[in-house]
Amino acid sequence: MTDRRIFDEMTGDGSGTVRDPYTNYNEWFAEEDPKRLHRKAQEAESVFRLSGITFNVYGRAEADERLIPFDIVPRILSAREWTRLSRGIEQRVRAVNAFLHDIYHRQEIIKAGRLPAEMIAQNEAFLPQMIGVTPPGGVYTHIVGTDLVRTGEDEFYVLEDNARTPSGVSYMLENRETMLQMFPELFIRNRVQPVSNYPRLLRRSLSECAPQCCTGAPTVAILTPGIHNSAYFEHSFLADQMSVELVEGHDLKLVDGRIAMRTTRGYQPIDVLYRRVDDDFLDPLNFRPDSMLGIPGIMDVYRSGGITIANAPGTGIADDKAIYSYMPDIVEFYTGEKAILSNVPTWRCNEPDSLAYVLEHLSELVVKEVHGSGGYGMLVGPAASKKELAAFRDKLTAKPGNYIAQPTLSLSTVPIFTKSGLAPRHVDLRPFALVSPNRVDITPGGLTRVALKQGSLVVNSSQGGGTKDTWVLEE
Amino acid sequence: MLGKTAGGLYWMFRYLERSENTARLVHAGHRIAMTRSTAAQDEWASILATAGADAAYRVRYDSYDGPSVVDFLLRDRDNPSSVMSVIEASRNNARLVRTALTREVWEAVNGCWMVLKDLLARRVNERDLPHVLTTIRERSAFVRGALHGTMVRNEAYDFARIGTFLERADNTARILDVKYYVLLPSALHVGSSLDNVQWETILRSVSAEGSFRYLHGGDVRPLAIADFLILDRRLPRSLAFCASKIGDNLGYLAEEYGARMPCHDMSDEICTSLRTSTIDGIFERGLHECIQSFIRANNDLGAQIEIDFKFNG
Repeated sequence: MTDRRIFDEMTGDGSGTVRDPYTNYNEWFAEEDPKRLHRKAQEAESVFRLSGITFNVYGRAEADERLIPFDIVPRILSAREWTRLSRGIEQRVRAVNAFLHDIYHRQEIIKAGRLPAEMIAQNEAFLPQMIGVTPPGGVYTHIVGTDLVRTGEDEFYVLEDNARTPSGVSYMLENRETMLQMFPELFIRNRVQPVSNYPRLLRRSLSECAPQCCTGAPTVAILTPGIHNSAYFEHSFLADQMSVELVEGHDLKLVDGRIAMRTTRGYQPIDVLYRRVDDDFLDPLNFRPDSMLGIPGIMDVYRSGGITIANAPGTGIADDKAIYSYMPDIVEFYTGEKAILSNVPTWRCNEPDSLAYVLEHLSELVVKEVHGSGGYGMLVGPAASKKELAAFRDKLTAKPGNYIAQPTLSLSTVPIFTKSGLAPRHVDLRPFALVSPNRVDITPGGLTRVALKQGSLVVNSSQGGGTKDTWVLEE
Repeated sequence: MLGKTAGGLYWMFRYLERSENTARLVHAGHRIAMTRSTAAQDEWASILATAGADAAYRVRYDSYDGPSVVDFLLRDRDNPSSVMSVIEASRNNARLVRTALTREVWEAVNGCWMVLKDLLARRVNERDLPHVLTTIRERSAFVRGALHGTMVRNEAYDFARIGTFLERADNTARILDVKYYVLLPSALHVGSSLDNVQWETILRSVSAEGSFRYLHGGDVRPLAIADFLILDRRLPRSLAFCASKIGDNLGYLAEEYGARMPCHDMSDEICTSLRTSTIDGIFERGLHECIQSFIRANNDLGAQIEIDFKFNG
């Protein structure tokens, strides 16, 4: 892979011109004193630290809170680019919801022969407790964070559908706030579509999915595993921004057939629970009995229509990496249209031909665990040592069904601000979509994650990635 | 409001108050060590007792030397009442109740934790001690200032204040509990300069040496000091002041909730007893007994508030 093939979103093919969306920014940047920008970058860091926009690193001392590095150069998309992306995301999100309803009811897609039955029956992400259950308002995935990557002017791919409990939206909001504070002049020169509506839209769309037993204004709460969870900042940030309670399992219990939270005045029923706790830990009576994070009996209340859980339990079947490769069929099956956004070509290692190909081309491919997330358990072939390749080969041969493989995409780059000026780094994009019974709202932009190391393709914050403010320009 | 949130606010401000009180105690001890080196050992021992940290200290150390005591009281993570431990506990509670705090209050407590984590990362050099102690008090004052200046006067504010004053009352009472004997009339007869130092230390550990002088002139008699710390409602760290503040804030809660609870009666009882007492009467009944019964009543009130407002389910 040579640098010439990499698409830079600011300079395009590298012929010395600046792409349209970046023209204004580039002019501003050329006039800026780099020293001032360095000071600004440091300022941003102390703002983040003081506001507590940190994440906890798993497996480390609890006091170890880290900042996600923030880069001051925005990632800029034109209105035209965004229109196409948001259409594609909406189509995909609608398909995912239709798929989930189908898969937990009549399973037409299997009957139609578009998806092998064993993909569902033998899938750990399929939740038998959800069979025949229709969530309030028919919505399964209230919040979706679709991971996109770009490889060229018009080439975008969906990397993951993140239909469980996608995180990162607080960084999207805080990054924008920080940029507005630090560089107000930029927002006068560029007309950037706002993102600050998100918490209000989230509260509205959650409220619209309240269960039928709710008669007044719905009581919404966010369920967090607690202050030691890596995303605790985000949970409390969203609760604060939406003005809803932030609860933990031990604040809740089953009272008169409803899930209620312990307030200073007694127990008050919750209508909509935006949970940031995984399915497994949600209900020790129905799932993992050792879970201290969940609420005993919540699944029974849910099935009887006493509460809305967002996202619905069992949505993991839709963003499972083994199901991913069928997404183009899924989109077509439920929407009757071709998918607007492409899938990355994917080899399913449980198929012997594919496995043989993957083993032969291991050093060129990215291999992912079917149930993994956050970049853990992943092999990036071109970056791996011989030893790592050999070790991975063994794992792969032992349990091929656990893996899928994809070509190493030449992800687009966006410049970051470094000591020696602008330098291109690989990025991805996670826009956030909110689904309510009547609407899909997609906040313009999303979270841009950026690999800070030169040449690196790993953008995950847990592995040294940073973030950028993401702009979608007005028409 | 969630019961947990009410509890988090209450504890956040109890711990914050404790950090400040411990800094004051260390300051008072440090003064004695500088001016009366012979009395220092005893003084450090009684400061540890006041901070409720004596037993834990003796597990680790054999003697009461200044640097060890200071280190134990300021930074030791094994001492749950060390400044670093309580600042961390205060901030953890603040994270827990982030949604009930204004951005200013949160940033003040987070800033306090960041600065102190840095300052207390290693043993505090004797030279730097005054600066460190001042910073602890300043940082805690920032948080209180942000609370006053930015928080809506509602139940969140009330729980924060109740935590502050319960802790403060407990602290002043503990100082009196450990030092009651130097305030007894019999001590007057001893009349040594050492006793003067002791009285000063007591006043200093509640930051009241200046206000006492202002109000009482040169009349430094133990009875007047006891009166000032126990019954004088002008002093913001006296038992009477703290008790009446707790009563006020519980009263606002009763109004907001439209209901009185058992803790309201307990608080009234404490306030009445202080309001109707005279310092002579207290000395007649026994200073030590009175202080101890106050500490008990104050603790019981705290426990009852936790129950009445469902802090823990």
